[in-house]
Amino acid sequence: MKRVDRRIRAMTTPEGIAMPVTLAGRGARAAALALDLGLIVFGFFILILVLGSIGMNLSDAENGKSSAVGEFLFVVLILGVFLCRYVYFTAFELGPRGATPGKRALGIRVAARGDRRLTAEAVLARNLLRDAELFLPLIWIIGSIGGEGGIAGYAAAAWLLVFVLFPFFNRDALRAGDLVAGTWVIESRRPRLQAAMSIGEDHRSQYHFDEASLSTYGEHELQVLERVLREDRPEALRQVTETICAKFGWTPGSGDEHEFLEAFYAALRQRLESDMRFGKRKKDKFS
Amino acid sequence: MALTVNLPFRRREPPAPPHDVAAAALRSDRFRLERETDWRRLEEVVTRLEKNRIRRVSDADLLELPVLYRKAASSLAVARETSLDAATLDYLEGLVRRAALQVHGPREGFGRWMLRFLGGGWARAVREIWLDICIALAVSIAGAVAGWLLVARDDAWYYALVSSDFGDTRQPGASREVLAETLEGTKDADGLATFATYLFSHNSGVAIMAFALGFAFGVPTLLLGFYNLAIMGAMLWLFFQAGLGIDFAAWLSIHGTTELTAFLLADAAGLHIGRAMAFPGDRTLMAATQKAGRRAATVMAGVVIMLVCAGLLEGFGRQLVHVTPTRFAVGGTMLVLWLGYFTLSGRRRA
Repeated sequence: MKRVDRRIRAMTTPEGIAMPVTLAGRGARAAALALDLGLIVFGFFILILVLGSIGMNLSDAENGKSSAVGEFLFVVLILGVFLCRYVYFTAFELGPRGATPGKRALGIRVAARGDRRLTAEAVLARNLLRDAELFLPLIWIIGSIGGEGGIAGYAAAAWLLVFVLFPFFNRDALRAGDLVAGTWVIESRRPRLQAAMSIGEDHRSQYHFDEASLSTYGEHELQVLERVLREDRPEALRQVTETICAKFGWTPGSGDEHEFLEAFYAALRQRLESDMRFGKRKKDKFS
Repeated sequence: MALTVNLPFRRREPPAPPHDVAAAALRSDRFRLERETDWRRLEEVVTRLEKNRIRRVSDADLLELPVLYRKAASSLAVARETSLDAATLDYLEGLVRRAALQVHGPREGFGRWMLRFLGGGWARAVREIWLDICIALAVSIAGAVAGWLLVARDDAWYYALVSSDFGDTRQPGASREVLAETLEGTKDADGLATFATYLFSHNSGVAIMAFALGFAFGVPTLLLGFYNLAIMGAMLWLFFQAGLGIDFAAWLSIHGTTELTAFLLADAAGLHIGRAMAFPGDRTLMAATQKAGRRAATVMAGVVIMLVCAGLLEGFGRQLVHVTPTRFAVGGTMLVLWLGYFTLSGRRRA
C-alpha cells in the first residue's frame, strides 16, 4: 500500500478535474522492455527465415535473376534492422493506446506529464534518446566485457551506464528520454464497474444500529468492509463480523454474516455520506 | 435463519427486492444507477477507440463522445463529494482518465502530421535552433581545419584519424592514379540499392546517436562532430596534395551537401537539448528541457528524411554520375534546395 502511494501523482484534466495517476514501477517497465526486445528478436528471426527461404528458392529456380532478387531481399533485411531499432517503439506509442505490445502486456502506457496532451514530437523525442540509453550502452558494455577498447572501453561503458541507470536517480523514475520529451509512464488499469452495493435486499430493517456504533468507524473502515463484502469469502466475513460485534459487545449470529455486514455497511455509508454532504468527513476510526 | 442476537438489533419484515433506481437504499447508489448507462456507453466507445477501430464506432456515438465524457467527468466530481463507494469511484476515475486521453489525445493521423511537418513545422524548428546550428558549424569547421593541419604536419596522423580498412588504397603516399580510381563510379546499377539502403541506415544510426548523446550537456555531440570532420579534413588534404582536390570535393559534394547538412542538424539538435539543460534560463529545468526536446525531435525527424535522400544520392547518384561538374551541379542544387526550404518554408503561420 505504502509503496503504491509513493507512486501516485496528481494530474489535472483540461476540465479541471484532479486525476490521480499511478506511475509505472521500474520493474514493470523493465519487464515491458524485455518483452519488447524479445518480440523484436523473435520477429527478426522470422524475417531472416522467410527471406532466407525465399532467396534459396529463387536462386534455385532461375540463376540469372538471383542477384536482383538477392539485392532486394538484402535491402529488406537492412530496412528491417532499421525499423526494429528506431521505429518499433515510436510507431506503437503513437497509437491510441500509447503503448508498445510489451507495455500493454504489463498494463502501462506513455502519457504526457502535467495536463498537456501527448504529441507526436514527444513520442519521437523519448524514443530517439532510447538509442543512447539502451542500444549504445549495450554495444559498449558487451564490447568492454570482450576486452575491446581497453581502459577507454571500460570508461565509455561506465559513462554510458549513467544513461541506463538514470531512472533510478529521480523520484518519478523518468528515463532521459522521458525528461526530454516531457512524458512519463503510468499504469493504465481499467477497473470494471462493480454492482451497486445497496440494490440487494435491504437488511437494515432487520437490524438496528445505535448512534455509538455508527459514529465509531470512518471512511477507511467502510472501504475495507466494502472490499470484504465484494470478495465475499465466508472466512473473512465471519472474522469481520466477530471483530465488529466484539467491539460493541454484541453477540454475533452464525450463518447471517453477509446480511449483517451488508446492513451495517449500508447504515454506516448512509451515515458517513450524509455527514459528507454537510462537509463533515471522517477519515478513519482514529479521527 | 438462525439468529441469536440480542439488542440493539431488531427484526422487521423484509421489503420487496428492489430492481429499479428508486429502490436503491442509498442516495449515492441511486445517483450512480441513474448515470450508469451513460458510463457504460462511454466505456464502449473509448474501448473501441483504444483498439483503433474508429470505423466501428457509429457517428452518433462519436458525436456524443465529448458529451458523454463531460457527463462522466462531472459524475466523478460529484461522486467524489457525495459517494463513499470505493469501487465506483475507482471505476469512474479509470474511465475518465481513459476517456480524457482519447478526447484530448493526439488524434492526428500520420498523414496529417507529415503535412504539418513538411508544410513548415520542420523548417520552423530548424530556424529556432539557429544558434546551435552556428555553434555546431563552427565546431565542424574547426574539426576539418584541425584534421587538415595535423595530417599536413605529420603523415602518421592520417592513420590515427582515419581507421582505414585493410586494402583501402586511400593512404598517404598513394599515387595520383590510385587515388583517382577511388573516385570513379560504377557503370551498372547492380548492388547500388543495397549500398544506398546500407548508407541510409548506417548514417541515420550515427546521426541519432550524435543527437541522443546531446543529453550529456551536448559535449559528446560536439566531440563526435569535431572528430568526424577531422577525418574529412585529413582526406581532403590527401586528395588535394595529389592534385585531385576539386575531383574529391565533387565526389563528396554530390551527396555530402545533403548528408553533412543532416549531420550538422543532428549535432545542433543534440546540442540544443544539452544547452537547454545546462542553461535553462528563467524557466525550470524540466520545462526548458521539454521544450528543447520536442523542438529537437522535430528536427531529427527531418534529419532521417534528409539521410534517405543522401543515401540515394550517394548510393546511386555518385556511382552513376562520373563527371566532376555534374557532380558539383547536383550537390549544389541540393544545397540550394535545402537552404531555401529551411529559410522560406512555414513563414506565414509563424
